[in-house]
Amino acid sequence: MSAEPTVLEVDDLVVHYPIHRGIVGTVTRQPRRMVHAVEGVSLSLQGGEMLALVGESGCGKTTTAQAVLRLVDPVSGSIRFGGRDLVPLGSRELRPLRRRIQVVYQDPYESLDPRFRVRAVVEEPLLIHGLGGSKSERSAHVEEALRRVELSPPELYLDRFPHELSGGQRQRVAIAAALVLEPEVLVADEPVSMLDVSVRAGVLNVLDGLRRDGLAILMITHDLSTAARFAQRIAVMYLGRIVEEGPAAAVVRNPQHPYTKALLSVVPRRDPRDRHRPQILQGETPDAVAIPSGCRFHPRCPVAIDRCAVEDPSLAQPASAGDGHRAACLLLPAGR
Amino acid sequence: MSAPLLRVEDLHVWFDLAEGGELHAVQGVGLSLEPGERLGLVGESGCGKTTTALAIMGLLPPSASVSGRVLIDGTDILSGGEAAMRPHRWVDVAIVFQGAMNALNPVRTIGEQIVESLELHNRARGTAARSRTAELLEAVGIPAGRAARYPHELSGGMRQRAAIAMALSCDPRVLIADEPTTALDVMVQAQILELLDALCRDFGLALVLVTHDLPVVAQLCDRCAVMYAGEIVERGPLDLLYHSPGHPYSRMLFAASPDLAGLDEPVLSIPGAPPRLDRPIDGCPFRPRCDSAFAACVERPSLQEVAEDHAAACHLNDRVPA
Repeated sequence: MSAEPTVLEVDDLVVHYPIHRGIVGTVTRQPRRMVHAVEGVSLSLQGGEMLALVGESGCGKTTTAQAVLRLVDPVSGSIRFGGRDLVPLGSRELRPLRRRIQVVYQDPYESLDPRFRVRAVVEEPLLIHGLGGSKSERSAHVEEALRRVELSPPELYLDRFPHELSGGQRQRVAIAAALVLEPEVLVADEPVSMLDVSVRAGVLNVLDGLRRDGLAILMITHDLSTAARFAQRIAVMYLGRIVEEGPAAAVVRNPQHPYTKALLSVVPRRDPRDRHRPQILQGETPDAVAIPSGCRFHPRCPVAIDRCAVEDPSLAQPASAGDGHRAACLLLPAGR
Repeated sequence: MSAPLLRVEDLHVWFDLAEGGELHAVQGVGLSLEPGERLGLVGESGCGKTTTALAIMGLLPPSASVSGRVLIDGTDILSGGEAAMRPHRWVDVAIVFQGAMNALNPVRTIGEQIVESLELHNRARGTAARSRTAELLEAVGIPAGRAARYPHELSGGMRQRAAIAMALSCDPRVLIADEPTTALDVMVQAQILELLDALCRDFGLALVLVTHDLPVVAQLCDRCAVMYAGEIVERGPLDLLYHSPGHPYSRMLFAASPDLAGLDEPVLSIPGAPPRLDRPIDGCPFRPRCDSAFAACVERPSLQEVAEDHAAACHLNDRVPA
């Protein structure tokens, strides 16, 4: 499809968190319980591509992103980036690689230091990594980063404090602070969910422009309509697994997995004439301590059969889907 | 014609600021609601939609000043102060807030809290109150056995259901839901919206849905009022607002929400930010962000009928020949 090289390749990633047992639990040697946050996730990301990881709270999408950023230690699996596997690397070896994978968080009201002017916020990553050369060269890098997020002319923003900016402008500053290091991969964790609807599109269009310029973006979101509009590929997660993955338009227009179908059906449409009966799943995602047997979606699945409680399906291309479109469901007849 | 169930006329709310001056949060809002009707009250943060809802409930903080009229069945409950408001609050009009965790008392079980509200309003006592509580919980989809749970033992969706049950305890005719699903996951959001839909259908409840999410309103409500900078800039049936908007702000708000049915359409942001409400506004408040502003916009437009039951505050409508 695209000639762009793969910049990030995650294979069979597993991340567990221990649950605190408390003093009594530790003294009485209760068994250590684990949250199975991510259970065998594989994904790849090319330059100039946005991959949206979609799912509800607790599905493991943020943990996957944190593992890619090596902010959590995976139990197993590999994360190939820049010709190396990041999983076995220690903090010293990771440091030079961290510059090349940057992150933007959900809340620009929390992620920017209120005492720093915009200039200092965007310059700080350069100082931390000892990059950017002389003071005037750093200044040029900062201004360039602000222009790339469409805060221009930069002089208008350089000396402002975060509280003097709107939410959308703050998030652009946060993106500029990530861009100034010229990363190859940007992880964007719910980058617009805290922003007003009127300014969301502006921030998303900035990310889209950066992607067109060659940046690889891993976007974490719960909003399928945003993912469908801005991402090239979508991966839908449920309880630590990817249950469906493929080109964004294919996943949205020709969903294969019952969970994806349900998620799509509850996305509200703008047109009041376009009312339809949503397929509402009852209950809530079970917690990731006690994973259901077989297909982990079977207790909530509207079409589950007996076999689903026993057999754990793996991702495969169904006969009803196009190339590069895979789903993990026993009821889908296999394609080629 | 009989008086509407709820009518708000020329509502103003302002806050005196410590550094002098005032913040004029709500600037002449008018609304009306018929029994069983579902009205969406939509706008960006800071547009005055929540302040309007609190003013209707008489729940504004003491620092707020308020003028105008809030009529229930034609009787003004606002100008008489707390004494006039009290018999109607929760009994005729009830509200559910965004963060159900903050609306519920963390050290009492949800059952106790509902029994308390029933007793406080002399609706029921003792055993009768407890069986009424079980009914209310059932109506919102909480198994009666969970009445003995504390709020922290419930999921976000269940807590929001408990808050709705409590709001329904005095059989109100109007329910105001202020961002009832904002903090919830999409599937839980759909469950709560389905519940509100069922409550309106089964009990004839009128709903005011306060939200920034136009698509949610488009799916659930009959009519909509769009607020900007403290005033209503357009109101009417949702179908008209979407298919023939009378105000550029409504049109641009719809265009700013990505939609699964229009994947190839560009998603547009609205440049700039709403004006500050602590200083006078010159001309149309939306003018600096509007893509269709013209000479007449230096004059502040008023809300005018553009069609039957459809009003907008925009000079563009002046130019259309009648």
